[in-house]
Amino acid sequence: MLGYTVRRILTMIPTLLAISFIIFVIIQLPPGDFLETEIAEMQAQGEAVDPEKIEYLRREYGLDKPFLEQYAVWVFGLVQGDLGFSFEHQLPVNEVIGDRLWLTFVVALATILFTYAVAFPIGIYSAVRQYSVGDYVLTFIGFLGLATPNFLLALVLLYFANLWFGTSIGGLMDPKYVDHPWTWSKVSSILEHLWIPVIVIGTSGTAAMIRRLRANLLDELQKQYVITARAKGLSPLKVLLKYPLRMAINPFIADIGNVLPQLISGAVLVSVVLSLETTGPMLVRALQSQDMYLAGSFLMFEASLVVIGVFISDLALAALDPRIRLAGGATK
Amino acid sequence: MSDQTLPPNSPNAQTPGSRNRGSQNSSPENSGGHYVNPAPFDPQSVAALTPEQERYYMASQWRIMWWKFKRHKLAVYSGVVLLMMYFVAVFCEIFAPYNLHSRHIDFIHAPPQGIHLFHEGEFVGPFVYGYDYRLNMENLRREYTPNPEKVEKLRFFCSGESYKFWGLIEGDFHLVCPAENGTAFFWGTDRLGRDLLSRIFYGSRISLTIGLIGVAISFVLGTIIGGIAGYYGGWVDNVVQRAIEIFKSFPELPLFMTLSALLPVSWSPIGVFFGISVILGLLDWPGLARAVRSKLLSLREEDFCTAAQLMGASPSRVIGRHLLPSFASHLIASATLAIPTMILGETALSFLGLGLRPPITSWGVLLNEAQNINVVALYPWLMLPVQPVILVILAFNFLGDGLRDAADPYK
Repeated sequence: MLGYTVRRILTMIPTLLAISFIIFVIIQLPPGDFLETEIAEMQAQGEAVDPEKIEYLRREYGLDKPFLEQYAVWVFGLVQGDLGFSFEHQLPVNEVIGDRLWLTFVVALATILFTYAVAFPIGIYSAVRQYSVGDYVLTFIGFLGLATPNFLLALVLLYFANLWFGTSIGGLMDPKYVDHPWTWSKVSSILEHLWIPVIVIGTSGTAAMIRRLRANLLDELQKQYVITARAKGLSPLKVLLKYPLRMAINPFIADIGNVLPQLISGAVLVSVVLSLETTGPMLVRALQSQDMYLAGSFLMFEASLVVIGVFISDLALAALDPRIRLAGGATK
Repeated sequence: MSDQTLPPNSPNAQTPGSRNRGSQNSSPENSGGHYVNPAPFDPQSVAALTPEQERYYMASQWRIMWWKFKRHKLAVYSGVVLLMMYFVAVFCEIFAPYNLHSRHIDFIHAPPQGIHLFHEGEFVGPFVYGYDYRLNMENLRREYTPNPEKVEKLRFFCSGESYKFWGLIEGDFHLVCPAENGTAFFWGTDRLGRDLLSRIFYGSRISLTIGLIGVAISFVLGTIIGGIAGYYGGWVDNVVQRAIEIFKSFPELPLFMTLSALLPVSWSPIGVFFGISVILGLLDWPGLARAVRSKLLSLREEDFCTAAQLMGASPSRVIGRHLLPSFASHLIASATLAIPTMILGETALSFLGLGLRPPITSWGVLLNEAQNINVVALYPWLMLPVQPVILVILAFNFLGDGLRDAADPYK
């Protein structure tokens, strides 16, 4: 197990490096750099531009260095927790984002837990009671959940919450707690607000997982060993839980690799609609104003979240299934 | 017992015992219930096919797929719905009662007008009640009330607002027009008094084609890259696999957003449209490449592939002429399942204001107006473009499901 974990971590590092390189290239893609825009703006306002000051700023931000060196500086900063400088806010990115990274993480984690908690019993139910009314209803809801873009779901929920309760369900905490230090009341306020975004973000992932668990379990239930177990007189519950479910659960856990990028993508949109205090709305704003370092660090953070999530699910899979950790790193 | 299994002309059959037994059985008087068919033995009788069987066994692969697909009712209906939607998209000038940009300044944010058949218990045919407009001076809201006096009968196959069909041919023929001097806003109007239903019709043109262009790009990329990886294997395969893994660990939407934010502001709307479809296509290929690769890995071991190689066919010929056609159906099915993702991607981008920009109109651009909860609470009909989005995505998913099931007809 230890060997597997080490191997898995070692493959994770080049992946993260490649991702960071792609992101840095994207950040650098817009023609010109931030300073040029700034200078053009200052000149347009009729301000005198001191060439020495520009030179100083350029050196300060490291913009005069070659591309690869800039990249190296950026990556080393990332490793040390320094996310760069936000040009728009004139502040280090760390200070701009504040709690947002943590809140994004909390929302993602809660959504995954929700996905598992809901998809698991429903998937088992619709596999065991295949073609029953419940199965049809759940399948239909699942398809609808799969097809409804979650930002639209958020919008519709907002509308109905406004219509029926006259309240806004947006936000991740009570407005008075924003920019407050962490206290218990703030935490409980977040917990109170968390469930709506979690449900909205989790719907499509849950629906996909239900479909997959159902299909897996149906495959297993038709196999001979299930019939044997039944013939030997095991209780139905034990037959289900002890053998086929264990086989069906493997792809279910591995599936987090597919579901997680989806969840995080969805979370960005939903957080814009519901105006959550996560990275989403700020990412959109940063992209609109081409504040590329800020956007880049968000993108990097979200991609790492996916890579780490997949890593954890691989570890869980290896713990469950000895074939994987013994097969020399092949996870597929 | 062993002699019964042997053919009649084998030496054992000549033994007296067996011949005696045989003659006893064949004589009808002492048969004892054992029936022997008197008809001459025809060894072809089992192998001959009934007409239905022959039809099935002689059918081409594509024909069998079609039969199998037809049995998936939901997929067939979805296909029909999609065909209809694309038909409307092609001829949207005719289907839409108004033009894309025609503004009605007297009817800003007018709610949907219901279609009625009976007026005061009397059948008049499809008509709408005209609106009375009043500005509420307390909250400055525009209030529209249907006036039962104003019966505005809809006209069918009529000449209404003139348009340029596909920007080329002048015309004014519409399927439905409002009454003379009347209005027909079936799904309400937006903040500039433009008819929402007409705009949805026009928007379908962009929203439905962006998926096709994107899928075409990702299809080409996916088949080429996946084909090379699967055919050559070895380090090429390894490199492609790692690249796919890296691409897959990007959360799609933030990457879409970042890339589309990079499109220069100075580009024309059409340029942005193509830019966005290229981005969607460029980021979608890994899934398809993976499917192509795994299929190729198993197919290249087949005999027909070795035969082609031995006869001196070049790799591109083996891949393109022999390997790809044997799983083209799978490719089509996965491409169909990729289209809804792209449509959603475009909708999401435009919804956030990072994708297409007016005057280009897609469903996402229309939904952009419904981003604000205050607007949605006051004018809920601005959310109506959600309906075609969900319908199209569901239809493509069901169609793709049916195609995927049919793609392997011999299962």
